[in-house]
Amino acid sequence: MVERIDSRPRSSTTTTAFVATLKRELILAYKRKHDVVNPFMFFLIVATLFPIGISPEPERLSLIAAGALWIAALLASLLAMDNLYRADYEDGSLEQMLLSPQPLYFMVLAKNIGHWLVSGLPVVLVSPLIAYMLSLPEGSYMTLFLTLLMGTPVLSLLGSIGVALTVGLGSRGLILAVITLPMSVPVLIAGTMAVTETQNGASLAGYLAIMGALLLGTLTLAPLASAAALRISVS
Amino acid sequence: MSHATQASESTDSVTPPPNTELLLAARNLFCERDDRVLFKNLDFAVRPGQVLQVRGSNGSGKTTLLRIVCGLNDSYEGELSWCGEPVADVADDFYANLLFLGHRVGVSKALTPLENLRWTCTLNSAVDDAELLAALATVGLRGFEESQCFTLSAGQQQRVALARLLLSPARLWVLDEPFTTLDVRGVTQLEAMLHNHAAQGGSVLVTTHHPLNVPDLEVLDLG
Repeated sequence: MVERIDSRPRSSTTTTAFVATLKRELILAYKRKHDVVNPFMFFLIVATLFPIGISPEPERLSLIAAGALWIAALLASLLAMDNLYRADYEDGSLEQMLLSPQPLYFMVLAKNIGHWLVSGLPVVLVSPLIAYMLSLPEGSYMTLFLTLLMGTPVLSLLGSIGVALTVGLGSRGLILAVITLPMSVPVLIAGTMAVTETQNGASLAGYLAIMGALLLGTLTLAPLASAAALRISVS
Repeated sequence: MSHATQASESTDSVTPPPNTELLLAARNLFCERDDRVLFKNLDFAVRPGQVLQVRGSNGSGKTTLLRIVCGLNDSYEGELSWCGEPVADVADDFYANLLFLGHRVGVSKALTPLENLRWTCTLNSAVDDAELLAALATVGLRGFEESQCFTLSAGQQQRVALARLLLSPARLWVLDEPFTTLDVRGVTQLEAMLHNHAAQGGSVLVTTHHPLNVPDLEVLDLG
């Protein structure tokens, strides 16, 4: 009555498991659209409040434009992080991921990349438009866009560590922000300094090198930390 | 206080598997939770072709034991070995041959049964869609392949997870209360799956309060 469909032991490769996890993350984002749309709308709202709260004059806005955009992106990334592992933790998918013979590093990396594609990338893509609204000085658009493009993945990867540490806790409140924000400060400093200093004639290459180093560093190390944190949270 | 009870019956219905060495062995396990000793000096072994039922009252540590075996809980003392080697030394082989089904069955409610099964299976083995659909049909989910899982009943979600048993190449199944939400036919089917797996030389470690109708069942009492 019950036959094994196929008894040939064929193992999957890390690549197929990586691709499957990335695909699953994107399908989940498509099915839970509000999880994706909420942080994006939050980013737009926060950025819109600056001209209203401070001043609509282009001279004053242009001074804070880069910082305001970076802070809005940082907060939006924090808001988006919360649901990275929670649903998987609650329905047991996370345990299945931990028990896979595949290296957890790549599974976590796939989830992080998928998560950034749906939460970080839209913010990066819309940033020049918001920058125009905030009267960012001409000539800084490319700097801002490039630093955000390299900086938001860093924020996602760092945030993933905090989420992985707190996913098992019942009520988390602000603890995620307390863990994640201090780690994110160097990215914020590098990102905003790149914009302001290149306006004063500094070379963009140096700042891009710093952002690139941050990105490569977190890309290699942060998923290891997330994986270790997930093991602790599940046990 | 707890020990393995070898309640083996005659073995005429199942051909003994060719490889009779121990698949999984636990020696001198000790686990304490909130200053309460769940078990100590616990020894048990799982042979190829054996179905071992872990029995015990609520809170006796059945789930904890299963999670310890799977490496999801490391707050224990004692030794666990896989094919004679410590599990930590042969982790790759152990996890490639382990299938765990917990209380939380690993079925995402936002995804369809097909998407769920595809992902959980791909973590372990290469499968194609025809096999996935056949497995879902076998567990009685024909016609539900593309419905999101939150529209399914708890028993149907359990069946999505059980479909993995049909596709997995794992030799050791660790199942935590797999019968709870199943209907009578589902129970019979799962018992047949356990028996079939054991007959093919696989091993099962299962907790349940349900009287298991599986030949050559052995029981580990946790008190």
